[in-house]
Amino acid sequence: MKHIKTSFAAILLLLLLSACGNSSVEKVIVAGSTSVQPYAEVLAEEFSILVPDSEVDVQGGGSSAGISAAEDNTADIGMSSRGLKDSEMDLWHIEIAKDGLVMIVNPANSVSDLTLEQIRGIYTKSIGNWSELGGTDAKIHVIAREEGSGTRDAFESLIMGGEWVTPKAIIQNSNGAVKQIVSSDPNAIGFISLGLADSDVKVLNLDGVTPSGENVKNGLYSLYRPFLFVSSRPPEGAVKRFIDFTCSAEGQKLLADEGLIPMEGN
Amino acid sequence: MKKFNEKLSGRVFFILALSSISMLALITVFIISRGVPLIANVGLKNFFGMTWAPSRGLFGITPMIIGSVSVTLGAAIIGIPIGLCCSIFLAEFAPVRMREIFRPAIQLLAGIPSVVYGFWGLLFVVPFIRNYLGGAGLSILAGSIILGIMILPTIISISEASILAIPKQYLYKEGALALGLTQLQTIRFVLLPAAKSGIVSAVILGIGRAIGETMAVIMVLGNSVALPTSVLDPVRTLTTNIGIEMGYAKDEHQQALFATGIVLFIIIMILNSTAQYLTRRKR
Repeated sequence: MKHIKTSFAAILLLLLLSACGNSSVEKVIVAGSTSVQPYAEVLAEEFSILVPDSEVDVQGGGSSAGISAAEDNTADIGMSSRGLKDSEMDLWHIEIAKDGLVMIVNPANSVSDLTLEQIRGIYTKSIGNWSELGGTDAKIHVIAREEGSGTRDAFESLIMGGEWVTPKAIIQNSNGAVKQIVSSDPNAIGFISLGLADSDVKVLNLDGVTPSGENVKNGLYSLYRPFLFVSSRPPEGAVKRFIDFTCSAEGQKLLADEGLIPMEGN
Repeated sequence: MKKFNEKLSGRVFFILALSSISMLALITVFIISRGVPLIANVGLKNFFGMTWAPSRGLFGITPMIIGSVSVTLGAAIIGIPIGLCCSIFLAEFAPVRMREIFRPAIQLLAGIPSVVYGFWGLLFVVPFIRNYLGGAGLSILAGSIILGIMILPTIISISEASILAIPKQYLYKEGALALGLTQLQTIRFVLLPAAKSGIVSAVILGIGRAIGETMAVIMVLGNSVALPTSVLDPVRTLTTNIGIEMGYAKDEHQQALFATGIVLFIIIMILNSTAQYLTRRKR
């Protein structure tokens, strides 16, 4: 019996101690788009080195969840990888970077250039064979992202123009998985973020334009989406310092190094 | 004091036991309360329709039901014969020492995490199908092979146990052999019928495992929401529908995933209670 009392006392003591552990750390909660999340994490890591008494907590949840979290103040900053809807325009927001969307095929594929109509044809299954596009005689294996994904939303609004992605498309639930399939299947086509394309896959030109940060900036390459930070009120304190850091030359360079397209002037 | 302690420990065990059951109740109530409103809202016709496009208000899960059935059927075709032969071999033919190697090895098969099965399938089975049979490789066949292997431990251990559990005092086997039946005939006409209920429940539990599996098949099935026309076509099962879309799902879309869970829950409950009924009836 005595042992039980002692251990109870010990547990109580521990609880009390842990409750006192908070010092004057300023905490910023960032939540939303899982497309923005990895980049926000890089920024948060660098920021915590620069400003030691701050803590930036980055969470996922998706663009819409991030925007509503900012609206009801459960997050200090909401991340969005889509433009704001009219009903959301009264929120304070800033574009931190742009993200290009690229079509990728296997490096062994001889096709290297497609038009918007051709991509739409592939994803509606009205084009089913690579030979119709100047490639070898083989069936096209269409890879897409799952319903609800921000990358799929961007693809549908930038390319599909209201038409439906074929239900026969193979669905993968991350950029990495799409890339993995395309890099191993010579007849596959998929779409991922520009920053994540590497030598494992072949990036297709669009109407003869090479996808690059440069071509997005000068308006030649049209497949991109904005990455936004959203807040319910104009930022102040640690939140403002984090956003200022994101928009600074240093923060923008971090984002550019990770493959995003920085804002004007950087 | 001693009596009091006895009583107290009885209570403690009862409360802990109760908590495990209340978990089940909690999960059931949660899934149903989240999923049923959607089915009520969109109607059974939409919910059991052919088109799944949550962003456009279409929640048809029929392609997924067909996906689950076809992949599970494939797994059964691959897994049951192998599993059954293996359990007969272990119970009747294998020398003791070989049995001692086989049993732990099969247990080990059950211990491999499903994500490892999936990864192996993606890097080995899928390219093999793509290169030698055609299609994208991500297919019903790939999922069936992976699941067929994954259900082996369940089928083997339960059916082996039920063959070994045939009461020795009735001398089924010895009688059959004495009547001049060969060993194969003894197994076919005496032992298997005697162990039938155990074997059937082994098969049902194996099928239940196959239907419920998510992680491994997400990686190799391709997850298309269209009706398959061959075993080389990609499909989506009920479980992978939840697994692949839960990340971004919200509002009605999220409810629809819970509703998918209800259907899955009902299917697995039917399978499990059938298995239980069959094992109970034997005694």
